Amino acid sequence: MAKELLFGKTLNELQEVTASAGLPSFTAKQIAQWLYQKKVSTIQEMTNLSKKAREYLSEHFEMGILPPSKVQESIDGTKKYLFPAHQNLFIEAAYIPEEDRKTLCVSSQVGCKMGCLFCMTGKQGFQSQLTAGEIINQIRSIPESDLLTNVVYMGMGEPLDNLEEVLKSLSILTSDWGFGWSPRRINVSTIGIVPAMRRFIQESEAHLAISMHSPFNGERKNLMPIEQVYPIEQVVETLREYDFGRQRRISFEYIMFKGINDTPAHVKGLTRLLNGLRCRINLIKFHPIPGSPLQGCPAETMQWFSDQLNKKGIITTVRRSRGEDIYAACGLLSTKELVKKQNDSDY
Amino acid sequence: MSQIIRKQKETFKVKVITNTLIAPGVHVIETDKTGAFSPGQVVAVTMHPKENLRLYSLASSPSHPYFRILFDIKPQGELTPVLSQLKLGDDLFVSKPFGRFTDQGGEACWIATGTGIAPFVSMMEAGESANKTLLHGARYLHQFYFASRFRETMGERYLQFCTQEKGPGIHQGRLTHYLGQGNRINPELKYYLCGNAEMVVEVRDLLIGQGVPFDQIIAEIYF
Repeated sequence: MAKELLFGKTLNELQEVTASAGLPSFTAKQIAQWLYQKKVSTIQEMTNLSKKAREYLSEHFEMGILPPSKVQESIDGTKKYLFPAHQNLFIEAAYIPEEDRKTLCVSSQVGCKMGCLFCMTGKQGFQSQLTAGEIINQIRSIPESDLLTNVVYMGMGEPLDNLEEVLKSLSILTSDWGFGWSPRRINVSTIGIVPAMRRFIQESEAHLAISMHSPFNGERKNLMPIEQVYPIEQVVETLREYDFGRQRRISFEYIMFKGINDTPAHVKGLTRLLNGLRCRINLIKFHPIPGSPLQGCPAETMQWFSDQLNKKGIITTVRRSRGEDIYAACGLLSTKELVKKQNDSDY
Repeated sequence: MSQIIRKQKETFKVKVITNTLIAPGVHVIETDKTGAFSPGQVVAVTMHPKENLRLYSLASSPSHPYFRILFDIKPQGELTPVLSQLKLGDDLFVSKPFGRFTDQGGEACWIATGTGIAPFVSMMEAGESANKTLLHGARYLHQFYFASRFRETMGERYLQFCTQEKGPGIHQGRLTHYLGQGNRINPELKYYLCGNAEMVVEVRDLLIGQGVPFDQIIAEIYF
């Protein structure tokens, strides 16, 4: 039988481990420090633990730290790391270095259930949930781990469809017994699963980004099937119920598609929808994916769109496109690596 | 955050009317209604109002006296193993119906796999199948839930595709293979897709690749 993994356990869970082993309660905090602060790779390196404790842990647990199996590097310095997950599956994490910040974009699921028209990850369907340990491992195991200033949950998968593990990973990242990061260095993106979004808002202090892509129901549901059950105006109305204070940021992600969502009517629609909500919009260039009917907007259109929204009082920025030559943000690498078992399909 | 408001989608306590095993690991449960609905809409279901909600398409006509919910048991799931054990008169919590995966009128092709057949059962029972064709995919013959009703109502406009078993009048193979050969492709048609994400995405890509505009494709995903 496979051993349990230590990496990804919260302090409470480590306390359960030490209690069941009859170890002193302070041992749990020591283990957490070795796992998340001193970042050792083996149980034997936890040198302030008693020999008995290390023997017990070695007998019952593995560390659960996995290095990336492949890396692609863009000419602009962006790197895409491929990590093995269970059952011959893979996940991606994108390292995005800029002058003043180094960001890692992490995955929260293998594949995705949401079926957005513009997303490469969706093409592999849903494969499995990631554990908190597998999410945090992406941050821990890249060579640039100590350089990171920010983490965004915008890789493969819908984070709020794996809420328990995502919340657990955030707890490990932000607790003083864990990585000790400020939640303001973390941004979690969602397509707007309303009940899960409420829980996230209440139980985490991290920033929240909503994938918007159109302010209009009919159009958004063609791009994002989730619109059928959680329409964008319900998502926005839910956000209006909360006071996020001055520090916590709400943003809307808006991929610009040529001839689809780039018109004056969309400026007007966004202005009306977001009226009075303290938020910002990030305009994102579409990285074309194989077989997609969608095309990206020219840079001039994006700048015009941004200018119009700023004039209306909505803080809007055009996000600099990174890693285009390695498809940094779209799940292509892992989808290629996925061994599809088509003859076992139910359709 | 200076103020926290805790608010879930409102659910209502209802009674279980029937709970029927219709295939291995697959149940149909009937409950009291919480409101009127349009075929294709969903309800949120939970055993306790403070627990996580799961969404299910209603699989009954709006005129049926009860809500009918089709589900398969997810062995590791929080809800479906419990739902499968419910008996007549037991309580559960159900929201009012909501969602927009509803008939937009005109000729259309419905495509479903697994429990994704549920909204089309509702539409068919509500009399919305007259100008529709249904492509129904399954791995095994016992997974064609509600097949006899579809056959009775839609006749030759009900097409079944089974990947692992043979059966009379049933296409052996994948429905994507059938569509990929250009069958039932018409850019003027609307296509309604319901099932797991992998099927929805693959069928949508296939339709788009054969010239169907993406705004003619209406998808409901299960999550």
